[in-house]
Amino acid sequence: MDSYYEPGDLNRFAEVAKDAPELWEKFNDWYGAVFAPGTLSEREKALIALAVAHAVQCPYCIDAYAQASLEKGASAEQMTEAVHVAAAIRGGATLVHGVQMRNVLKKFGL
Amino acid sequence: MKPDFKPFRAALAESGLDPLTANGLEVLQINFGRLCNQACLHCHVEAGPGRREMIDAETLEHCLRLLRATTIPTVDLTGGAPEMNPNFRSFVAACRDLGRTVLVRCNLTILFEPGQEDLVGFYTRHGVEIVASLPYYQEGPVDTQRGRGVFEKSIEALRLLNDVGFGQVGTGLRLSLVYNPAGAFLPPDQGAIEADFRRELAARHGIVFTDLYTIANMPIGRFRTHLERTGAYDGYMERLIRSYNPLAAERVMCRSLLSVGWDGKLYDCDFNQMLGIGCNHGAPTHISQFDVEAIAGRRICVDDHCYGCTAGAGSSCGGAIAPDETRPKPAAQ
Repeated sequence: MDSYYEPGDLNRFAEVAKDAPELWEKFNDWYGAVFAPGTLSEREKALIALAVAHAVQCPYCIDAYAQASLEKGASAEQMTEAVHVAAAIRGGATLVHGVQMRNVLKKFGL
Repeated sequence: MKPDFKPFRAALAESGLDPLTANGLEVLQINFGRLCNQACLHCHVEAGPGRREMIDAETLEHCLRLLRATTIPTVDLTGGAPEMNPNFRSFVAACRDLGRTVLVRCNLTILFEPGQEDLVGFYTRHGVEIVASLPYYQEGPVDTQRGRGVFEKSIEALRLLNDVGFGQVGTGLRLSLVYNPAGAFLPPDQGAIEADFRRELAARHGIVFTDLYTIANMPIGRFRTHLERTGAYDGYMERLIRSYNPLAAERVMCRSLLSVGWDGKLYDCDFNQMLGIGCNHGAPTHISQFDVEAIAGRRICVDDHCYGCTAGAGSSCGGAIAPDETRPKPAAQ
């Protein structure tokens, strides 16, 4: 193993079924249902997945959902905006904890 | 291809379609040659301004003889840029005189080449159906794939065509656009991307069109070279193979189409033509020896590039061939 992340491993995801096939099957059914068109389109779901993939920093998911977004007709601009949404939430989530810091400062009379 | 990839014939066999056979002859597709005013990154023909192969008058006369002897409804002209062939206009006129639908695969920028000033008028007079390449509604992906400045010229050409009625409702002048992916991924749902094109081209440029066809990039020719150079060939083939759709395989265009090369040789499709895989299994191999019955029921030559036509919603010169909901759904990614 040269790296913890091998691109070819994405296509081996189903091997996780080994030793717990029922759980894998449940996950797979649920996963398929989640990404089926609903009140959100498949393209919107692919873009959300792409943004979340960046937030959780999963290279497999970024690879899969960059391609899925393109295959749902998203443009590079839309994909980039989605990544900015993820980045803004991560950045905002860090910054909003500044309020907790303010609370501590206040406790010390500052 | 990697040795563990499933051969296309094995996939066909699992679908009960091996050997694949023709089931009629609806489209005579003629490749007018490899000369083109563009040299696009994904061109399976590897056409360009430096190519000299062109169909001659004698071969076209054989094609007309065949059309006179049959009721093949549609003649589909491709290239290169077919308009650059000196025999192009007389052949189009002759086909229209025979009452056949004539489709021309037009790259749009040809309208601005010297000697093509009256092309729009010619297309209008003869009621030619224009099938125009426009891989995206934005400049970046189009220019990357088709050359700098191509998007702007294409938009200008579409405006000229719209002005005389092509793509406008009620004129009977059909203007179809062709989308193909900018890279190594499958085309999106044809209906969804057509709606995007319709909305964006109307809002940004005031352009209308009749239909949009999604066509997959074939892993052959210049596109294959590009895939290999970028190390993406195996990944793309894997994507095509995992997306094999038996319904698309049943509906592939080669079952009702015959492709004539610039030199008169016969092929099951334009892609086989570029790979030099001629009609075989006892079917005629040259337009001069045409035998309608033998062609209409011939066994089709297939190879692993055929996965390009059967992946996802399928792909043909007329766009997707299977409903989007029949696409194989990948397992969790």
